[in-house]
Amino acid sequence: MAIFEWLNNQLLKMEWLSWLVRLLVEDVFGLSMQTAIGASVHFFIYDVIKIFILLAVLIFTVSWVQSYFPPERTRKILGGMQGFKANLTGALMGTITPFCSCSSIPLFIGFTSSGLPLGVTFSFLISSPLVDLASVILLASIFNWSIAIAYVLVGLVLAVIGGTIISKANMTRYVESFVLHSPVLDIPQAELSRKDRFDFATNQVADIFNRVWVYVLIGVGIGAAIHNWVPESWVSSMLGQDHWWSVLVATLIGVPMYADIFGTLPIAEALVGKGVGLGTALAFMMSVTALSLPSLIMLKKVVKAPLLLLFVGIVVCGIFIIGLLFNAFAYLFI
Amino acid sequence: MKIKILGSGCSKCKTLTENTQTALTHLGMVAEIIKVTDYAEIAAHGVMSTPALAIDDKVVSVGKVLLSSEIETLLQAR
Repeated sequence: MAIFEWLNNQLLKMEWLSWLVRLLVEDVFGLSMQTAIGASVHFFIYDVIKIFILLAVLIFTVSWVQSYFPPERTRKILGGMQGFKANLTGALMGTITPFCSCSSIPLFIGFTSSGLPLGVTFSFLISSPLVDLASVILLASIFNWSIAIAYVLVGLVLAVIGGTIISKANMTRYVESFVLHSPVLDIPQAELSRKDRFDFATNQVADIFNRVWVYVLIGVGIGAAIHNWVPESWVSSMLGQDHWWSVLVATLIGVPMYADIFGTLPIAEALVGKGVGLGTALAFMMSVTALSLPSLIMLKKVVKAPLLLLFVGIVVCGIFIIGLLFNAFAYLFI
Repeated sequence: MKIKILGSGCSKCKTLTENTQTALTHLGMVAEIIKVTDYAEIAAHGVMSTPALAIDDKVVSVGKVLLSSEIETLLQAR
């Protein structure tokens, strides 16, 4: 167990990096770690480097796995299933497919036009941005393994329940008709070689890096500011553990925001450090990643208002409940 | 002949466009290259993973940046 703990601390939490950055801050910059500015600079440099390293390694790995499951294949797998099993598989497939909500619209149309039940597609759409292998490892790195695993489980439960409710609600009439009549393309795909997969994974890393680095810098910047400059009493009076409405506020603030998990985790980390409830911080993180104004605007092009509202309603309620649960049982995790 | 490049304007689509141009020049063919960036229109072609390539409205490749040699094969095959 000691070896596992050492690996966990060095590889995942990167204590060696924290120590190196500390040397840099204290000996090169001449700032004391006891001062707010020294601690902020340390938080910023350490978190940025850590997230970028994890991002590169994780996206590479996930993309490699993903290369075995192009959307066409996912659609074929899901096509042969029904009921709960289909929703669960949809949610699980969502964990290994695209990081970006921008690719979800073509997927939505492709899945729906081929006759996949709407609920299964939504299970996939909910879990896709919310839960992926990369976010699990990042959560384990910044918090710990039990939080990471609990996060995945509740994320999957939300996706399955959300999809099931949408199935039962008989919503197909609220899908724009061109979606249902889009052609289903079935062109044979060549088997990828190892080099193809390597190239695909490397491209994904470059692509996602280009897209998210700004958000990571902003997120870590806000995190560093909260960490050392915002008074704890101020944070806890706004978002303290005892108020149920702080979870609601955190969830609602996150809905229109567009960022991804790599940018929001450092903010959640700093908030928890300031005494904000774990559930409140996670609720904020989940609603930022699961829903955003740009993705809702895109989704509006393919579904009508009632379905869109049901989708947003389910996700918001789900995240709110998850936040409350995490706050209530936080003592089990920290 | 019309060639469509389907994709939301990512760097991969640019490479695919360049490769297509190279293939055309190499074969001494002339074609109109149209970039399709609207999601609804991309999906109307049945495409789920971009970038995709369509020759005369027939989708011949999805989710892959084809090399110019591969595009040449496709152009000759039609």
